[in-house]
Amino acid sequence: MINRLVIENLKHRPIRTLLSIIAISLQVTMVLSLVGLSRGVLNDQARRARGVGADILIRPPGSAIIASGGQMLSRIIPVVIEKQPHVTAATGVLIYGTDLFSYITGVDLATFNRVSGGYRFLKGGPFQSPNDVMVDELYAAQHKVHVGDTVSLINRSWRVSGIYEPGMLARQVVPLDTLQDLTANSGKISVTYVKVDTPANIAPTIAALSERLKDYKVYSMEDYVTLFSPQNVPMLVQFTYIVISLGVLVGFLVVFLSMYTAVLERTREIGVLKALGASPGLILNILLRETALLAIAGSIAGIALAYGTRALIAALMPGALIQAIVYDWWPIATALALVGALLGAVYPGLKAARQDAIEALSYE
Amino acid sequence: MSEEPIIAIRGLTKTYHVGDVDVHALRGVDLDVARGEFVSIVGPSGSGKSTLFNIVGGLTPPTSGSVHIAGHDLLGMTDTQRTHLRKTTVGFVFQKYNLLPTLSARDNIEIARYIAKNGKKDESFDDVLKLLGIVNRLEHKPRALSGGEQQRVAIARAIVNHPAILLADEPTGNLDTENSTAVLNLLRRLNDERGQTILMITHNPEAAAYGHRTVRMRDGRIEQA
Repeated sequence: MINRLVIENLKHRPIRTLLSIIAISLQVTMVLSLVGLSRGVLNDQARRARGVGADILIRPPGSAIIASGGQMLSRIIPVVIEKQPHVTAATGVLIYGTDLFSYITGVDLATFNRVSGGYRFLKGGPFQSPNDVMVDELYAAQHKVHVGDTVSLINRSWRVSGIYEPGMLARQVVPLDTLQDLTANSGKISVTYVKVDTPANIAPTIAALSERLKDYKVYSMEDYVTLFSPQNVPMLVQFTYIVISLGVLVGFLVVFLSMYTAVLERTREIGVLKALGASPGLILNILLRETALLAIAGSIAGIALAYGTRALIAALMPGALIQAIVYDWWPIATALALVGALLGAVYPGLKAARQDAIEALSYE
Repeated sequence: MSEEPIIAIRGLTKTYHVGDVDVHALRGVDLDVARGEFVSIVGPSGSGKSTLFNIVGGLTPPTSGSVHIAGHDLLGMTDTQRTHLRKTTVGFVFQKYNLLPTLSARDNIEIARYIAKNGKKDESFDDVLKLLGIVNRLEHKPRALSGGEQQRVAIARAIVNHPAILLADEPTGNLDTENSTAVLNLLRRLNDERGQTILMITHNPEAAAYGHRTVRMRDGRIEQA
């Protein structure tokens, strides 16, 4: 019976109900999209790192795990290759961030192909000149680029020599020497990828390299890709918490205003319920059930909207951002929406519960 | 009548504090109402009849005196006890019907049963619905009902839990003559046929005449019983 009253009350003011649901859904979408984006982008980066085909990865001293910053000297490569048993190939790449989510990679194709087995081209082929760039299919689709076209990157024009299958390093690859010169990083690289003869030799090689390259970070590829988590991206976790807090605040405020006006509007009805013998607890119960229903409907709409933002991002920026569907965050986002909404309903609910029956019945 | 009165009021006072001013709404009311009686209370505005209605209905506590309703002493009752009294012992009919606009007529009646936790389905209540003439209007929401129909639904809601007392506050105040007569006749029949005790407040002497007796109030006291 009370559920019927709750549903009828929500149906009675469809615009208010709809606006509340939309506001709560935006809160849920915001959380799911942010977490989905960070996870999607990180997973994609991990996938592309693994796609190189290396067994071991060396990062310079003091570098962050994921950020492109930090350089080491290219001559580390001959050191590794020539003096380390079991190493069959090694290559260095220079990573240069072009914006928050994108970066361009400088590659020495001769050594890189020995590690990775080479790029799989869908159209065109490898660099022919220092001013050539290779792009992956997603970048080409997003920027409507074809082989032979000219693209502008880091204030310079490049000719597209080939379009390759996604899944290996960056979406834009240029010759290593050119990128080193352009970015004042002559003789420097960001990452060294190493291939060893058999998987059994990965661990001993890492131990030997770590011994030789003190202060450098030497990871097995398997370990490295597990490090692609929000915790290892500077400030991402804090940023996520801020967005979640703002979301809860928005949910709180929307429901507070919605329920406050509902209580004012229903003053007389609350008086009637009290005259019928409804306890303050029952009045509060009705409003909290209404709120919970709004929060659940908003959460379902928010989850659906998150699919919408994912489709939109995939359509507009397939080469830059990837939003994962984060099923494990559905209950968390729903719980956050419920908490924000129920907190917003507490004051209006208590106001309704404490209302004097006689005053409420005479309310015009 | 040898039986204990269902309403027994002695020396009832009620003082409201409005800012720094004390308003003496009731100044010592004595009233007995027997079980099965239909009593009309008349009086000008400010005479205290609404305050008496609110106290008997357990909507507000008395200041002093004794008020016994169906064996319950209202003086010193807590809010929770008065809530329980409203649930089980009294039923209200208001001038403005006061149906919940979002619920159908049937649900307006059912919600009173739900609040009173009165799970028993009462077959005889179908006869009451027939008597009230609303059997075919139960699925409609209040906005689709005429004033007379809404008031009849309100009467059904008031008596669905078999209250000891039905309190009616100007039940015909918003109705035309035809509907007023119909509602008053229904109250009279509920009293005659089901023995429902009714306390009705009204301005209208013709309406008051439907009761067994009329109590006049003035300046917070009963003039003539």
